[in-house]
Amino acid sequence: MSSIQENVKAYAARFAGDSKKPADRKLSAHLKALEAESIHIIREVAAEFERPVMLYSIGKDSAVMLHLALKAFYPAKPPFPLQHVDTTFKFGDMITFRDALAEELGLEIRVEINEDAIARGVNPWDSGSQLHTQILKTEALRSAMNRHKYDAAFGGARRDEEKSRAKERIFSFRDSNHGWDPKNQRPELWRNYNTKIKKGESIRVFPLSNWTELDIWQYILEQDIPIVPLYLAGHRPVVERDGQLIMVDDDRLPLKEGETPELKMVRFRTLGCYPLTGAIESTAQSLEEIVLEMLTARTSERSGRLIDHDEAGSMEKKKREGYF
Amino acid sequence: MNIQAKRDEVIERLTHSGGRGVLRFLTCGSVDDGKSTLIGRLLYDSKLLFEDQLNVLERDSRKHGTAGDEIDFALLLDGLEAEREQGITIDVAYRFFATEKRKFVVADTPGHEQYTRNMATGASTADVAVILIDARKGVLVQTLRHTYIARMMGIRHIVLAVNKMDLADNSRGRFHEIVAEYLKSADALGFESITPIPMSARFGDNVTCRSEAMSWHTGPTLLEYLEDLDLDTELRSEPFRMPVQWVNRPNLNFRGYSGMIVSGKVSVGDAIVVAQSGLAANVSRIVTADGDLETATAGDAVTLVLNQEIDISRGDVLASAEQRPEVSDQFAAEILWMANDDLLPGRSYLLKIGTATTPATITTLKHRVDINTYEKQPSRKLEMNGIGFCNVSTARPIAFDPFREVRDTGSFILIDRFTNQTVGGGMIEFGLRRASNIHTQAMDVSKERRSQIKGQKPTLLWFTGLSGAGKSTVANIVERKLAEAGLHTYSLDGDNVRHGLNRDLGFTDGDRVENIRRIGEVGKLFVDAGLLVTCSFISPFRSERRMVRELVDDGEFVEVFVDTPLDVCMQRDVKGLYKKAQAGEIKNFTGLDSPYEEPEAPEIRLDTSKLSAEEAADQVISHLRERGRLG
Ligand SMILES: Nc1nc2c(ncn2[C@@H]2O[C@H](COP(=O)(O)OP(=O)(O)O)[C@@H](O)[C@H]2O)c(=O)[nH]1
Repeated sequence: MSSIQENVKAYAARFAGDSKKPADRKLSAHLKALEAESIHIIREVAAEFERPVMLYSIGKDSAVMLHLALKAFYPAKPPFPLQHVDTTFKFGDMITFRDALAEELGLEIRVEINEDAIARGVNPWDSGSQLHTQILKTEALRSAMNRHKYDAAFGGARRDEEKSRAKERIFSFRDSNHGWDPKNQRPELWRNYNTKIKKGESIRVFPLSNWTELDIWQYILEQDIPIVPLYLAGHRPVVERDGQLIMVDDDRLPLKEGETPELKMVRFRTLGCYPLTGAIESTAQSLEEIVLEMLTARTSERSGRLIDHDEAGSMEKKKREGYF
Repeated sequence: MNIQAKRDEVIERLTHSGGRGVLRFLTCGSVDDGKSTLIGRLLYDSKLLFEDQLNVLERDSRKHGTAGDEIDFALLLDGLEAEREQGITIDVAYRFFATEKRKFVVADTPGHEQYTRNMATGASTADVAVILIDARKGVLVQTLRHTYIARMMGIRHIVLAVNKMDLADNSRGRFHEIVAEYLKSADALGFESITPIPMSARFGDNVTCRSEAMSWHTGPTLLEYLEDLDLDTELRSEPFRMPVQWVNRPNLNFRGYSGMIVSGKVSVGDAIVVAQSGLAANVSRIVTADGDLETATAGDAVTLVLNQEIDISRGDVLASAEQRPEVSDQFAAEILWMANDDLLPGRSYLLKIGTATTPATITTLKHRVDINTYEKQPSRKLEMNGIGFCNVSTARPIAFDPFREVRDTGSFILIDRFTNQTVGGGMIEFGLRRASNIHTQAMDVSKERRSQIKGQKPTLLWFTGLSGAGKSTVANIVERKLAEAGLHTYSLDGDNVRHGLNRDLGFTDGDRVENIRRIGEVGKLFVDAGLLVTCSFISPFRSERRMVRELVDDGEFVEVFVDTPLDVCMQRDVKGLYKKAQAGEIKNFTGLDSPYEEPEAPEIRLDTSKLSAEEAADQVISHLRERGRLG
C-alpha cells in the first residue's frame, strides 16, 4: 500500500462510527470560530437545497472543506456527493490521492472531463492558459452543473485570495447561465442566508470565505488532515519557464529548446494543472516547516497560478462567465 | 528537534497571533473620507502585503492613483473593475490581517445612501464600527446615518475616527468640537462605548503609531483599541439558544440535533425545552467529530443528543428551560427595506428567522425613521433603504428574543416570494401577544361535515384578469350552472365588496394588496362554510393571489386566468373606464399605468378571444368535475 493510501485510511477511521469518547483535540480560538461558522454554512445548504454538491479540487482548501463537511454531519456521512472537474492535466499524485480518499471514506466522487475537447487536442501549452481554463475547466464545470442539475455547489474559495473574491457573498447567486452579477448581489445579513432560487438557477456557497491561507495551514496542522504530498518539499524534475518552475510530471509536457529537466528541491503552494502551476524552491518537508516558511513568506499565494496574471481584473471576468 | 516539539513551537507561534480569537470590524464613511486609505495603511503597517501585491499596487497607483507619486492605498481595496475605473466603492469588501494579539476581519463598506443595504451586510457580522469623519468637514448627515445603521444591525462599540487631522492643523480644539457635535446625536442610541480618535490615515498618525503632531491625544491608537477590546464576556451570560439546523440520524442507534449555539451555553445534564412546543428533555451528550464535550458555548457548532425522544425538527429552537424565548405569531420590529419595490403592508413575504421560514405580512407600518435626523415620521410605505417600525404577523408562531438581547434569535430577513430577493432585514423589538395556536376553539361541526351535507367539496374559484376581460361574465354563468345542478354557491366581486367591506380602500398598490387580503379572508370563511365560491377581481399581483391560495387547503384554490389581451379589453371598454383612464381621469389603472402580473401556472386559462362566455364557463365546470369537487 502506498503512503497516500495508508494516510487516507487512518484518516477515514477517525470518522467511522460513533466513538463516544471524550474530546481529545484542541483547537486555537480563532480556528474554532472559523470552523463553527463553516459547519453552520454547510449544514444550512444540506438542509435547504435539493441537489447540493461539493466541488472538490483535491487541493488543501478542498481538503479542509471536506474535513469540515465530515465534521458537520458526524457520525453520519455528508449527505451530498463530491464533484471533481478533471482537466486531465492534474498532477498524477492528485488523482491517486483523490481516488484513495473516495474509496476509504466511502464517498461518491463524480468526475467531469470535457472528453470532446481532449479529443480535439486542447492542452495548456498549445491552447494557452486562458483557453485551456475556459474549455477544460469552466465549460466542464458548467456541463457538470447542468447534467446533474445541482442547485447548490460548495467551493473552497477564500476572500483573501483575490480582490473580486473579497467582495463576494458567502451564498453567491448564479443565474441560469451560471453567471455572477457583482453589482446586484443579495444583501447577506447576520448568519441568516437566503437560499431561495428558481428552477435552473443555483447558488455557489463558499464556507471558507473568511479563512486566510495561514488559517488553512494551521488548521491542517492542528487537525491532522492528509494532503497531497506535492505540498511538501521533495526532489522533483522541473524546468524553468517564464520565471516559473514547472514540474515535468509526465512525458506529455513538450520541452522547449534548451530546457532540460533538473532535479530540484521544490514544493507547491497551490495545486492545479501541472503545466500551469509554478513550484517554489523549498526544503520544508513537514507541515510544521511549511507553516514556518509561510510566516516569513513574501509572495502571495495565487502568483503561483498562471491564470491570474493574464490581465488585471481577470478573475472577475472569468467569474461573470461562470468560472468558479 | 523531534516532531512533537516542533509542532508545539509552531502552534505556539501561530496562536500567539490570534490567541484572542477574531475581531470583526466595519469601516464606514462618506466618499473620500479616507476609508480605503485607512485599511490599506493597517495592512501595510502590519506588514501583510506581499511583494507581488506591492508591485501591482505600485503599477496601479501610477495608472489610476490619486496620491501623486506616493502609493495610493485605496487601490488595494476597490476590487471590482467598475469600482477601479470610477473610483467608487459599491459593495462590501472583506480584508484580513493579524497582529501578535489578534486576528482581524475588516468589512470595508460603501458610503453612498443608495448602497445602504451593502453597508448593512457588512455591519450585521461586525463587532465594532469605525466611523470616519473628515476633520475639515465635521459631522455630516452620512455620519449619523452610518451610526444609526451600525446600531440597528447590532453593533455595540463605535470608534469615531476623525481623519485628515493633518489638514486641520492637528487641532485639539477642532477635534473636541467634532466629538461634542457627534455625541449630541449618537449618545441617544445606547452604544456600550464610543471611542473618538484623531488621526491621519495617509501618514499613519494614531493608526498604528502614536502621533507626534498630536501628542495631546492620550487615548489609544486605533490598533491598540482594536487589539484590546474585550468581547468574550458579552456572550456568555445570555440564555441558551440553539436553532435546530439538521436532525442527524445515521442509524437507529443515534439521533442528534445539529446546530450552532447562538447564545449562552449548555452542559450535559441540562434541562432544555423546544421553544415552540414546550416539550422538555435533558441533554445526554454533546457530540462533535473530535469527541464528546461536557459543555458547549455560544459560537460552537455541535450535535446534541437528548435523554428522551421528543418531536424536534429543523426550525425548532432548543432553549434553556428556565429562560425561554417568546413564542408568538405577532410582534413589533424595526425593518430595513432593501428592494426597489416598496414594502407594502398586507403583502405576503417569506420570513426567515434562524432556521425557520414562514410566510409573513407587515400588518401595520407604525412610523418610519428619517435616518439622517433620527426623526419619526408617519408613512404608509417604505421605499428602498427606508427604515420603519412595523407590526409583523407570521403564518406560524415563531420563537424569538428581542434583538437587543440576542442578535441571532432576534433578527430575520424577508424574501420576496417571486423574485426570491432578500428584500428586508428585521430586528424584533417585542412580541405583541402569545401564540394563538393552542387556543383555537374546537368546533363540533367541521368544514368536512358542512360540505358533506351539501354533497360537494368547497372551492375558491379565483378569476383574475384585466378590467373588461370577462371575469364577472364567466363567473356569473359558472355560478348559474352550478346552482342549476343543485349545488351551493356564493360569489364575491367588486360590487358587493368595494361598497361595504372595503369602502375605505382606494387604488394605490398598498390598498390593492389590502383589498385582496380581506377578500381572501372572507373567501376562506365561505370555503369553511362548505361553499363553491367564485371571486372576480383584477388582482394584478402574483404575491396576493399566492397569499389567498395559501389561506385555504390544498386543492381548494382554483386560479382561473381570464386571458384577454389588453387591446381587446380596451376595444370592449364596457364601462368606459379605459377611456377615462387614458384621459387621465383615473390614476393607477391596471394595464395602463399600473402593472398586471400574469399567473405563471393557473389551474385554468381561458382564452376569451377563442371561446364564448358559455364555452369558457363549461371549461371551468368540467375542470371542477374532473377534480371531484362537485360531489
Ligand atoms: N491629507 C490627508 N489625505 C488623506 C488622508 N486619508 C485619506 N486621504 C486622501 O483622501 C483621498 C480619498 O481617500 P480614500 O481612502 O480613497 O477614501 P474612501 O473613499 O473613504 O475610501 C485620497 O486621495 C487619500 O490619499 C489623511 O489622513 N490626510
